[in-house]
Amino acid sequence: MTTLETRAPGSFGAPPPGAGPPDTERPVRPPRTAPGWAWEFGGSLGAAIAVDVVGFSVLGTSPPIGMFVVGLLVFLVIYGIVSRVLHGPFVMKDRLAAVYVWVGGALALFPLLQIIWTVTLKGLPVVLDHFPAFLVHDSANAGPLAPTWQSGVGHAIVGTFEQVGIATAFTVPISALTAIYLSEADSRLSRIVRTIVDAMMGTPSIIAGLFVYLFWVQPRGVSGYSGFAAAIALAILMLPLMIRTAEEVIRVVPGSLREAGYAVGSPNWRVSLRIVLPTVRTGLITAMILGVALAVGETAPTLFTAHGSSQFNFNPFHGPQANLPLQIFSNIESFSPQFVKEGYGAAFVLVFIVLSLFVVARVIGSAKPGRRRIRLPRRLSKEVVSP
Amino acid sequence: MTTLAPPPTVPASAGEEIPIHFKPARTRADRVFFACLTGASLIVLLAIGAIATFLLTHSIPAIKHAGTKIVTSDHFAPTGGHPSFGMVGILQGTITIAAVALLIALPVSIALALMINEYAPRRTRRTLTSIIDLLAVLPSILYGLWGLKTLSPEIDGPTRWIASHLSFIPLFRVGPGDPIGNSIFVCGIVVGIMVIPICTSVSREVMSQAPRDVCEAALALGGTKWGTITDVILPFARNGIMGGALLGLGRALGETVAVLLILSQSNVVHWQILTPGGGQIPALIAQDFTSLPPLGQSALTLAGLLLFTTILVLNILARQVVMGRPQAVFS
Repeated sequence: MTTLETRAPGSFGAPPPGAGPPDTERPVRPPRTAPGWAWEFGGSLGAAIAVDVVGFSVLGTSPPIGMFVVGLLVFLVIYGIVSRVLHGPFVMKDRLAAVYVWVGGALALFPLLQIIWTVTLKGLPVVLDHFPAFLVHDSANAGPLAPTWQSGVGHAIVGTFEQVGIATAFTVPISALTAIYLSEADSRLSRIVRTIVDAMMGTPSIIAGLFVYLFWVQPRGVSGYSGFAAAIALAILMLPLMIRTAEEVIRVVPGSLREAGYAVGSPNWRVSLRIVLPTVRTGLITAMILGVALAVGETAPTLFTAHGSSQFNFNPFHGPQANLPLQIFSNIESFSPQFVKEGYGAAFVLVFIVLSLFVVARVIGSAKPGRRRIRLPRRLSKEVVSP
Repeated sequence: MTTLAPPPTVPASAGEEIPIHFKPARTRADRVFFACLTGASLIVLLAIGAIATFLLTHSIPAIKHAGTKIVTSDHFAPTGGHPSFGMVGILQGTITIAAVALLIALPVSIALALMINEYAPRRTRRTLTSIIDLLAVLPSILYGLWGLKTLSPEIDGPTRWIASHLSFIPLFRVGPGDPIGNSIFVCGIVVGIMVIPICTSVSREVMSQAPRDVCEAALALGGTKWGTITDVILPFARNGIMGGALLGLGRALGETVAVLLILSQSNVVHWQILTPGGGQIPALIAQDFTSLPPLGQSALTLAGLLLFTTILVLNILARQVVMGRPQAVFS
């Protein structure tokens, strides 16, 4: 998004001759506050590991996590004392803080990456072993004692695509129009809408499911469960995210572009639809795809609405329908290792879908905005171009 | 030190757009267009209004039945001839899980944000930011799967260690012979890991807007990197970090599936966070709602309404706090 902002009118001051690239590009690197850092760091690390290993072999073994924690503490103490003695308190604080940042960052990233890693490691073989079968069969024949694999997640993939597809069909136009409204209008209503959208961003997903259950499923009795009901719940969760992201994108359209449109006599709607929207096309698509990626993985709102099923149900308007998160949920809750294994397979398919959506969104989003020319209506371009 | 920041190329005031007081004439097509826009936004208002109304009307029977006992009793037994709807237990469980989650998530996500922005090599910054954004849309069922199958067995040993060595802290007390695991503590860890990307994303975004020239001035005066962080970046980003924490809290309070998979629910006040038990509103709704009689459903709807309102307020607060201006979570 920064690329757009730097193009905002007025920010193109003539750079003074000889000035380097903008300061966001090349930061000032603080010098190493003390030389010999590597030796002191390495020495402390070595000493800490030695103390750790010797200590634990004398006192008895401990699981790796215990050794890690103790080793880290010992290292911090040694490293702190060394730095303090050699360089003084400020350097000590600086170095200990660097350790905090790196260790904390690694601790934060580690489980998150481990999730993706585990799912891939356990799920990919499941998908590959029965390659087309796993993706096209349903799990109606699945059983803990089923000798061959005739089961798969095809029905869940169908359900996911139908439910998310319907939800997307609802939310894309509504969120695009609302985003334009929020960026164009400045009235009491628009402020209320913005606050509501902000508040809705965090709607707990179970509440969306609960609402749709009360509003749509329960009145219809036993046959109330359907993919369509799940789509409503997903749409409620997608809307605020899409509106908010789309509005952010529209907001960075330079005012001069709008004014240029008005200056050649375009009415408001034409400026919005023919100038503003095409300019931010890529950003809007990114916003929409992120909304879809979020919806694909929602479990809680579909629990009471699609309800899940083990068979193909191509009709989203009638009868319980499966989807990937629900399938994973019911599989990993079971005690049968076979089901759990299939759950990992389904989880891998889900990760794959979310990852692909995300990558597509990134690729589209990183395309330079406005690379493609906005085509003027022919009548207008003639008037403008030929004097 | 030859690469001091080049002087700003533009006078600061030039960056601000001068508002133009110009209203293009509205044509009829314009009026239709604006009617469409307003209509679309009204759908959003309608949706939230409908949610609030439905939850409220459906929770009235439970309020009538239980009255003030809802907030004074922790006995939540929605079935049977004389159901009772005390919600102190499930409220306590919900809040405790979210609190444990934030306690775990906040320090590491600040570290992660600082690492991405200040410590990691500059080339990796875009990649790391992308990874964080990706993790923020990773389905929560995957966190639940990981928490149930990978973390729970792993965390068993450390939990026992805490139970035997830190039991002087009342929260960590475990009775003799009590089982360990499937607890509020494990749920808190999983939910905490789940909110790390959100907290990191928001606080990193705000930290990256800290004035670079002030940072460089601090360095030029001989300050250390950490000094720059504590004296420039963190004060600047305090609101952003708060906002990120509030958003994370909202998500932690509303997380359903991971808790449903891990926690063995008991719906009473449960302070021993290492042992199985405790309740959480979303997980309870997910587990019991469809099988309950109407009055019990009404009670759970009321619990849902409480949660919904709390999270709405938290979110509005978070948005106001993050720099006073709206911000997209993903950008």
